[in-house]
Amino acid sequence: MIPFTLQKVLTEAEAIAAAGQGGRYIAGGTTLIDLMREEVERPEKLVDINALPIKHIRAEGGDLVIGALARMSEVAAHPETQRLQPLIAETLVEGASPQLRNVASIGGNLLQRCRCPFFRMLDAGCNKRAPGTGCSAIEGLNGGHAILGTSDQCAATHPSDLAVALIALDATMRVTGPGYERSFPVDELFRLPGTTPHLEHTLRPGELIAEIRVPGGPHARRARYLKVRDRSSYEFAVVSAAAALHVEGGIVRDARIACGGVGTRPWRMRAVERALIGKAPDRAAFEAAARQATEGVKPLSGNHYKVELLPRTIVRALEMAGEVA
Amino acid sequence: MTMQAIGKPHSRVDGRAKVTGGARYAAEFNQPDQLYAVVVGSTVGLGRILRIDAGAVAQMPGVRAVISHLNAPRLAYQPHKGGTDPANGERLHVLQDDQVRFYGQPVAVIVADSLDHAERAAAALAVSYAGETPVVDPLDAKVQPVAPQAGRAGADRSRGDADAAFAAAPVTVEASFDMARENHTPMEPHATIAAWSGDRLTLWSKSQFVVNEQAEIAAIFGMPAANVQVICPFVGGGFGTSLRTWPHVTLAAIAARQVGRPVKLVLTRRQMFHTTGHRPRTLQRVALGATTDGRLTSLIHEGSGETSRYEQFVEALTSTSGFMYSCPNVRTRYRLLPMDTGTPTFMRGPGEASGMYAVESAIDELSYKLGIDPVELRRRNEPAIDEAEKLPFSSRSLMQCYALGAERFGWASRDPRPRAMRDGRLLIGWGVASASYPCFFSPASARVRLLADGSAEVEAASSDMGPGTYTSMTQVAAETLSLPLDKVRFSLGRSDFPATPSHGGSQTMSSVGSAVRAACLAVQAELAKRAVADRRSQLFGASIDSVEWREGRLSRKGDAAAGPSYSELVTGAGGSPVEAGASAARDAAIAKQYSMHAFGAVFVEVSVDPDLGLVRLRRAVGAYGAGRIVNPKLATSQCIGGMVGGLGMALMERTALDPRDGRPVNAHMGDYLVPVNLDVPHLEAHFVEEQDPHVNPLGVKGLGEVALVGMAPAIANAVFHATGKRVRELPIRIENLLDV
Ligand SMILES: Cc1cc2nc3c(=O)[nH]c(=O)nc-3n(C[C@H](O)[C@H](O)[C@H](O)COP(=O)(O)OP(=O)(O)OC[C@H]3O[C@@H](n4cnc5c(N)ncnc54)[C@H](O)[C@@H]3O)c2cc1C
Repeated sequence: MIPFTLQKVLTEAEAIAAAGQGGRYIAGGTTLIDLMREEVERPEKLVDINALPIKHIRAEGGDLVIGALARMSEVAAHPETQRLQPLIAETLVEGASPQLRNVASIGGNLLQRCRCPFFRMLDAGCNKRAPGTGCSAIEGLNGGHAILGTSDQCAATHPSDLAVALIALDATMRVTGPGYERSFPVDELFRLPGTTPHLEHTLRPGELIAEIRVPGGPHARRARYLKVRDRSSYEFAVVSAAAALHVEGGIVRDARIACGGVGTRPWRMRAVERALIGKAPDRAAFEAAARQATEGVKPLSGNHYKVELLPRTIVRALEMAGEVA
Repeated sequence: MTMQAIGKPHSRVDGRAKVTGGARYAAEFNQPDQLYAVVVGSTVGLGRILRIDAGAVAQMPGVRAVISHLNAPRLAYQPHKGGTDPANGERLHVLQDDQVRFYGQPVAVIVADSLDHAERAAAALAVSYAGETPVVDPLDAKVQPVAPQAGRAGADRSRGDADAAFAAAPVTVEASFDMARENHTPMEPHATIAAWSGDRLTLWSKSQFVVNEQAEIAAIFGMPAANVQVICPFVGGGFGTSLRTWPHVTLAAIAARQVGRPVKLVLTRRQMFHTTGHRPRTLQRVALGATTDGRLTSLIHEGSGETSRYEQFVEALTSTSGFMYSCPNVRTRYRLLPMDTGTPTFMRGPGEASGMYAVESAIDELSYKLGIDPVELRRRNEPAIDEAEKLPFSSRSLMQCYALGAERFGWASRDPRPRAMRDGRLLIGWGVASASYPCFFSPASARVRLLADGSAEVEAASSDMGPGTYTSMTQVAAETLSLPLDKVRFSLGRSDFPATPSHGGSQTMSSVGSAVRAACLAVQAELAKRAVADRRSQLFGASIDSVEWREGRLSRKGDAAAGPSYSELVTGAGGSPVEAGASAARDAAIAKQYSMHAFGAVFVEVSVDPDLGLVRLRRAVGAYGAGRIVNPKLATSQCIGGMVGGLGMALMERTALDPRDGRPVNAHMGDYLVPVNLDVPHLEAHFVEEQDPHVNPLGVKGLGEVALVGMAPAIANAVFHATGKRVRELPIRIENLLDV
């Protein structure tokens, strides 16, 4: 691990000032420290933001509002989460392990880096870690990699489960920068790799994630997360789907679907959603709609099975959502 | 007061130490003035080292030494092959030349004043190579299979004419199987602390075989074994990876000598996938011929396993095929596939687990072809004797295991048709398979000291990687000496303790247990001899044949009055401890008379989600005939652990190698999947009553390996029963089942 300094800050202003001088935020440290130990990440200055008062979890109107430093386990267990956005609770519990969730923050979760094995191997080419060194996965073992949003430079999936749910639910985020605040959809946080796979998100240097806001609505109660993986727990998604349905009078009025494990970023499935509107929520409709999900997929040598698995995962998630009272 | 220690479900005597942190593992024996070593592994999979830029790194903070083939001492590497080293080939000579034989091979070691400094320098060390593309895929056309040069396990065997019988058989099955490479992935990483004092070397080192580590390091450095001491009281999981002495131990000793200070070297998790052995990937073909009423007429089992180019790792891949079934025509063939990889090594159930996966799967296929229940099919082919060796079994309870297991599992209510059993949208499958593992009994010794307070100290080199050696040996000594458990203190894990065989091959209970028993009897004999010769003793002058030990007292035969206790005898003899050692080994004559194996039957239930390709184990029942069970609590735990290992083999474990450079791509606990708690449902282990006077004086058979064998085929068979699809590769993963 490269030596670093650690500065503890008490206010957002202090945090942003420290970040302005090249500091890197650290919250739970569950992924940043891991990567620093392997010298994949090499920050020289860490800014410990854990004392900032952005740990809240509360209802505002029908919205669920979550401070960036709230812990995954706290958010999952919070009564307001379970009342307003059970999908968020379910998604969080499907991620990582209880020990990690006790430490890991919501902000950190969104900015966690990819799990492509080559990203973590300093002796392997990886455009994300070291731009211009090539991608070891595209011509190599790539069974776990993305089929959507890839470029010839990178095919790593985005690992966050939470991000999938937030994107399905049209969540927004508020970030703080030097002397300003701005809010935007979580959907806009993530970039495609294109020719700059090392740039993963759209935050400006030094911006601090302060808060996530998840708008309520009739879809929120019929919302489920399905994470398909070879091991029952403690594994990143092979394919996952968050599905929220608003059904009225036996007809789908609104549908929100996003998927993980398939895209280089969390992937909203707008075409699938459109195909569901106005249909009866039954398996036939789900299957017909889910076929839209594989439009434009680009499987690699080892991950053709994901093309098959993706629509099935969506169908099942929709069935699960449809069954919720 | 009758002491009945054997057969009781005692809790681990070292349990408290383990859960309170009192148990010290190799890396915890920090020494004064210790420095830290970090291994640098090759980043090419084959080739030659061109240049090592040690100069730049030597200037980094805290760095004390950069050792590579350029400056490492030329070591003696005298011939030495312990029981766990391959019989053919020569071990890797670490840092002795510029050759790279496989990805991750150590090419340098950095010594620094802190782990951090050593890690940083290791990451910064620039090594350039003339690299070539290694061959790491057994299916690669460049792989040339070779017959193993030696070893019974490797020999091709044949009886009758299996090929002709296969061709003539009315019912046949022929199938090929591909089982992935596995790594042991114990919790505790390999670790060695090396300290020289003059020409004497002490190693606190993770090892399942301290006396072999002592001999191996002595041979490598060309020094007397007596000058090397290996200490390892606790092993945090081994599964076989610590049976051999791998290059890092040598590196720690080289480093400590170079810097003249104790050096600690702990492998990283990633390095645990490089140079410390693995279960070889195997390719197998099984062909079975049978009559329409289910009598086997032909059994052909051909298998090959990967090995390195410099050593022939041989395991018992085809060995059970000669005696599991009654069959007049059997042919087995075993080949090695030398590739550009480190040498594989024994991993729990070595050979048997892989080989029986193939054969037990094929037998299951045959049962469907015949329309005969798979348990019944095995019953129809149960042999009366070991037909390969033409010897009776010392005991064989396989059919009792099936009866017990079937009853506990509820097998009778199985619908035999594939895809017939469901739970909602899930397909349910029930599968079964046999397990077997030989009863080894290697020469072992132990020492017992009786103290003036009436307690006993027992010592044997041995090891306890988890089965509970501390506890079971304490039980054996307590029972033999008629002492309460808390009056016995058993110590292990030092190379200067009486020598024992490797803590592998399920032979610790049989070998070390028999030695402990013999040493207890020897110390009693010694005490008795002294008592009858001691004028002050109430037994003075009695003939040695007229006294006997009853409940820890030396009494006159036929006289109900209790004689002196250990404490009285030791005190009477002056108070200094009375010590005796003894050895135990299998009687060669008996070994020629019997075929000795443990057997088991494993029943499992899986669910398969046909939409998502997800297999989950729902329950499993294993029934084992493993001789006398010394401690049912530990034995159950041992079996559950083995079943979990088999579950990993069936559904998760797989080391994937990059064909371009041989790198294990998933060398990370996030990517190399082993079962977690949520994957492990209710598992039951049952033991059939089995008395086997032939295997060893204790009548124990060993459980560690047989408990893993059988699980993977049972699961694979259950997946077929659930889905109607036969997946002939392990692990069975989502992508194998998207078409069911
Ligand atoms: C073994 C393992 C398994 C895991 N499995 C899963 C899984 O199945 N599903 C899943 O979704 N996740 C999983 N994770 C990831 C885990 O959820 C993340 O590590 C965690 O959420 C990160 O939060 P943290 O607070 O520890 O972040 P840190 O490690 O502290 O930070 C991560 C990144 O976010 C930045 N950051 C943190 N907070 C802020 C902020 N407020 N504003 C701006 N930048 C910020 C940091 O600078 C850093 O770049 C797993 C992690 C591990 C180690």
